[in-house]
Amino acid sequence: MVDPTISTIAVRGCNIRLMRGGSGPPLVFLHGASGADWAPAMQLLAARFNVLVPDHPGFGASGIPEWLDTIHDLAYFYLDFLGELDLDGVHLVGVSLGGWSAAELAVRNTSRVASLTLVSAAGLRVEGVEQLDTFLLTDEQRIRSFFHDQTRADAAVERLQTPDPEDIALKNRIATAKLAWEPRHHDPHLAKWLHRIDVPTLLIWGANDRLVPKEHALAYRQLIPGSKAVIIPECGHLPHVEQVAIFAHEIDSFINGERVTA
Amino acid sequence: MKFFNFHLMPYRHVDLDAIERNGSAWVTFSNRHYDPLKGAELYHDYLDQMELADRLGFDGVCLNEHHQTPYGMMPIPGVLAGALTRSVKRAKIAILGRALPLINNPLTVAEEYAMLDNLSRGRFIAGFVRGIGAEYHATGINPVLSQERFAEAHDLIVRAWTEPGPFAYAGKHYRFNYVNPWPRPYQAPHPPIWIPSQGSSSTIRWAAAMRYTYCQTLSPIATVARFFQMYRDEAERAGYQASPDQLAWSNTIYVADTDEKAMREARPHLEALVNRLLKMPTEMLLPPGYTNIESMKRVRAAKVTGKVTSIEELVKTGVVIIGGPATVREKLAEYQDLAGFNTSLTKTQFGTLPDDMVRANMTAIAEEVLPHFRDRLPQGTRAAAAE
Repeated sequence: MVDPTISTIAVRGCNIRLMRGGSGPPLVFLHGASGADWAPAMQLLAARFNVLVPDHPGFGASGIPEWLDTIHDLAYFYLDFLGELDLDGVHLVGVSLGGWSAAELAVRNTSRVASLTLVSAAGLRVEGVEQLDTFLLTDEQRIRSFFHDQTRADAAVERLQTPDPEDIALKNRIATAKLAWEPRHHDPHLAKWLHRIDVPTLLIWGANDRLVPKEHALAYRQLIPGSKAVIIPECGHLPHVEQVAIFAHEIDSFINGERVTA
Repeated sequence: MKFFNFHLMPYRHVDLDAIERNGSAWVTFSNRHYDPLKGAELYHDYLDQMELADRLGFDGVCLNEHHQTPYGMMPIPGVLAGALTRSVKRAKIAILGRALPLINNPLTVAEEYAMLDNLSRGRFIAGFVRGIGAEYHATGINPVLSQERFAEAHDLIVRAWTEPGPFAYAGKHYRFNYVNPWPRPYQAPHPPIWIPSQGSSSTIRWAAAMRYTYCQTLSPIATVARFFQMYRDEAERAGYQASPDQLAWSNTIYVADTDEKAMREARPHLEALVNRLLKMPTEMLLPPGYTNIESMKRVRAAKVTGKVTSIEELVKTGVVIIGGPATVREKLAEYQDLAGFNTSLTKTQFGTLPDDMVRANMTAIAEEVLPHFRDRLPQGTRAAAAE
C-alpha cells in the first residue's frame, strides 16, 4: 500500500492541493468533474510511477483563481504546473474533464510529456451520439450513470448521505459548469488541432460509458496520429474505478511497451 | 397605493397530468402539448384583459419573460408590450423584466426598451432580471456567468441610454466598436428601472444603492417585509431614506362575494399554478453557479421544488390574498403596513383561471379594492413590524 503525501503548492498564484506517492517516472493524473481521490488505481500505479494527483484550480481543496474561465486556461495552467515542478518525461493521464484538459495541453506543448492517456475524455462532439445531460440529473442519478455495474454504484450513492462533502461537491459542480456548460463538455476547435499531438497516445474507454460514449474514443483515435484505443467491456464512465486492475495494467503495458519499442 | 395588473400569460389549456408525468413544466416539457389555435386565442384574451385593466383604472400593466414553458407564453415580451402601447391608453406598461444574462447582445434590450418608451410616449417601465435557473438550461447560457453578465449588460444599457453615441465599449462579456442606439429613450434620462428578485441580499443592496424600485416575487408576506426592511436599511446606508414607492409586492388577488366562494373558485386554478406550472426539479431550478454555495445548500435542504402547496397555506402565509371584498381590503391594508410598500403587482389571472372569471375578478378588484387604497400610504413604523 502506498499512501499519498498531501501538500499545498502555489502555482500562478493559486494554491493547489497535491497528492503524491510511489516512485519511478512521473505520472500526472488529471481528475474528472467529481474531483480527485487516491483511488485504488493510484495505489497500483504508484508501484511503478511517481504519481501526482492535483486538485484542479477551482476544484476540491484548491483555490479558485480569477483567471480560470475556460478549459484552455486549465491546459495552460498545467503547462505552468509541469514547469513549476520541473517535471520531464511525464506520463499524462486524464479522466473525463481531466482527459479533455490533457488533450488541450498536448496540442499546445508536449515538451515535458512522454505519453498521453485519455480516459473517457470529454472534449469532442460526435454527431448523432447521445450524451446524458449530467446537469439535469439528481446527485444519485448522476452517480449511477457513471457505473455499468449498479451494485458498484450503491456504495457511492450511500456516501452521498453524509453531508460533509457537500461544500466540495457543490464547488466541483460550479467549476465544472464554468468550464463545460457551453459548449457542453467540448471545444468545437479541438478537433482541428489534435494532429499536433506527437507523443504516444492511449485511449481507454468503458464499453458502456453513457456520459462520453465509446464513439468518442474512436473519434480521438482518428484524429491523434498513431493513437491506440482500448475499450473495456462491462465498464462505464470510470474505468479507473470500475475496472481498476485492467485500467492499471493497460497503462503499465502501454508505457512499458512504448519504452521497449522506443 | 398603485395597482399593476401583472400577467404571466400561462398556456392555461395545458395537460396538467402530462406535466406531473414529465416531472417539470419547464425545458423538457415537450411543445407537442402546445396547440396554436388555443394559444392564439389566449394571446388575444390576455391582451384584452390588459386593456380592460387600463379602462378599469389600474395604474399599470406588467409583462415578463420566460422560456420553453407553459408557465408563461412570453419568451419575447416586447412583442406584446408593443401591441399594448397602442391599445392601453393611460396605464404604464412594465416589462418585469427582460433576463439580461441570456442575451448575447444587450444593446438589443436598450433598443427594444427605447422603442417601447417612445411608442408609449414615456409610459414604459424597464425591468431587468437574471431569469430563473431553468432559463440557463433553455438557452445554454452559462449560469456561472449569470451575475457578471447581468451587471455588465445593465451598465452597458444605461450608458447606451445616457451617453451620446457612438462610443466604443469593451467589457469581459460584450464588446462593441459602436454603441449608438437609435431611438433614444423618450423619458429623461431613461425609463424608470425596476428590479424584481426572489430576495438575494446582494440584489437588494444594489437596487437600494441605485434607487431602483425593488419588486419582491412570490413570497410569504413576512419574508417580503424582511426583504423590504433590508432595502430601507441599505438605502439608509447609502445615505437616503427610501420611499414606499420604491417597493413593489408581487402578489395574487382574487375577490368574490364571500370568502368561502372566493376560496372555492380560486382553488383549482391557483393550485395548478403552484403545483404544476411551477413544477421543476431542483437541478433545473438551481444550475451550478446561479447562486452561491450557501444559497444552493439552503434551497436543496428546503426541497422547495417537490412540495405540494395548498391554497390554505398560500392564504395563511400571505403569499396571496383571496376572499370577499372586506377580507381582501383588510389583508391588503395589514400587509401594506407590515411591509411598507406602495405598489401592488397583482396577478388577477393565475394558473388555469378562465377569461370570464378573470374579468369578474378584475372588475371586483377595481370596484371594491382600488378606490379604498388610492391615497393610502403604509401606516405605522416598519422597523418594529419587521423584527
